[in-house]
Amino acid sequence: MIRLQGLSRSYATPRGTITAVDDVTLEVADGETCVLLGPSGCGKTTTLRMINRLVLPTSGKIFIAGRDTDGIDPVELRRGIGYVIQQIGLFPNMTVAENIGVVPRLLGWNAAKSRRRAEELLALLALEPAQFLDRFPNELSGGQAQRIGVARALAVDPPVLLMDEPFAALDPINREVIQDEFLRMQQSLRKTILFVSHDIDEAVKMADRIAIFRAGKLAQFGPPDELLAHPADEFVASFVGRDRTLKRLRLIRVREVMGPIDGDNASGPSVSAEDDLRRVVTLFLEHGVETIRCIDGAGRAIGQVSRAAVAARLGSEIVR
Amino acid sequence: MTTATAPGRSTLPYVVLGAIALTIAWGLYASGLATDILRYQKDIVYLSKQHLVLVAVSGSLAIAFGIALGIWLSRPWMARWSDGIIQAVNMVTSIPTLGKLALMMSLLGIGALPAIVGLWIATLLPIIRNTYEGIRAVPAHVVDAARGMGMSGGGILRRVELPNAMFVIFAGVRTAMAVNVGTAPIAFLIGGGGLGELIFTGIDLQEHGMMLAGAIPTALIAVAVDFLFGQAQYWLVPRGVNPLRNF
Repeated sequence: MIRLQGLSRSYATPRGTITAVDDVTLEVADGETCVLLGPSGCGKTTTLRMINRLVLPTSGKIFIAGRDTDGIDPVELRRGIGYVIQQIGLFPNMTVAENIGVVPRLLGWNAAKSRRRAEELLALLALEPAQFLDRFPNELSGGQAQRIGVARALAVDPPVLLMDEPFAALDPINREVIQDEFLRMQQSLRKTILFVSHDIDEAVKMADRIAIFRAGKLAQFGPPDELLAHPADEFVASFVGRDRTLKRLRLIRVREVMGPIDGDNASGPSVSAEDDLRRVVTLFLEHGVETIRCIDGAGRAIGQVSRAAVAARLGSEIVR
Repeated sequence: MTTATAPGRSTLPYVVLGAIALTIAWGLYASGLATDILRYQKDIVYLSKQHLVLVAVSGSLAIAFGIALGIWLSRPWMARWSDGIIQAVNMVTSIPTLGKLALMMSLLGIGALPAIVGLWIATLLPIIRNTYEGIRAVPAHVVDAARGMGMSGGGILRRVELPNAMFVIFAGVRTAMAVNVGTAPIAFLIGGGGLGELIFTGIDLQEHGMMLAGAIPTALIAVAVDFLFGQAQYWLVPRGVNPLRNF
């Protein structure tokens, strides 16, 4: 668990003191992804960089797994935290294997062990180890380089990952692919992740919880569905966008709104219980129907989704 | 590992150079100058050794000090002064080398010592400048990633900053050594010895054989030194940051 408690950071400038982060308190449970979201200059990156002490807090405390990070040598602390940045920062003078092996080497692993680990991680990130281990960063595409950046952060299997707009520099198609891969990986890895983003869609997709920042202050902190359904103020509402209801559709699965089969609709479009409501609403609109069958893997109808059920779910209180 | 020489495109200069050398050798032989030159064989050997000592001592000291000073200037705590210092370095660099040698003579008298110090200073400056600029050109986010991963300051310098600046540093060393070798004959003028003795005396006496006995070995040493550092640059700079070795 990561706990930020009354965390502040201010800078003295010739025109007076600027408070970049102002009394932020939040908690991220083990295995959860918390997205720090906000416009540029809102303090989200500064907050992230205080966690691995690249920036020192002016006041406030950070606890990781109950330990006050003030008491840990910063170099030691950082070796136990995965760190991914937007510009990736692969070392151009090292091969992929050497890049992934940096922290293992700092921790005294032998060469064979860290190379095996690099192979393992490349495979996990859907890159053919034999083809990539001995390449240099200038021989990688943007998407490949960012995957290596993630692999490098996971090298010694740290429980905590800090990710500073890791996918922001990728083209939209690549970004979707790598986000999906990352989500799949996270399902089995269950890392505790703090993830900086300025993109509400990315945040909704990746986050278990979203912390929205405004001018250094925490404007709202909660699960994505809660932020979308009940923005705390005007700022949050405008940041999540007027299409926030549409965005919520991604977060709700068919099984949450599925009802028993009512009447006979053996034909027409169908969805699976794990699809999200974007698919259902698309089918409503495309086919002009009131209900859609829900089928299992074998094609048997197991229930149905009606327009009324979707509307009721969107209008209801949030289920946490 | 492929072949020991540089790749295809860089063998051409050596072929051209070889052809020129052969043509000159044939010209010297045909005109009878070759026998004139070979009369100075003993001087050539003795003075070449002296010349090489001048180059080696001043050059290696300059590389050691130049890289160390360049690193020192690139450290964050020097940031406030480093720009000013580099500008001063640039100003000193613009003093003609002959002027530097003359200054050294007036400070340290005549002999090998002022010659070596003068050559050292002339060689030092481009190395300082390139080391400093090379390290500064390492992208900030690469250094940030290194810090964020838990590398110590020394580790970042050794394993990230220096390797990535290496190509630029080597470029500085090559330039500096070209200056060094090119200036070394002038050391004779302040009593430093070396092949300049044959060249300048040959010019004064209008003895072409004597002059060439100094000039040809000087040229060969210059080519050999540049070849040596060129090869070092090719092989010692990591492939990922070595434009000579990509493609």
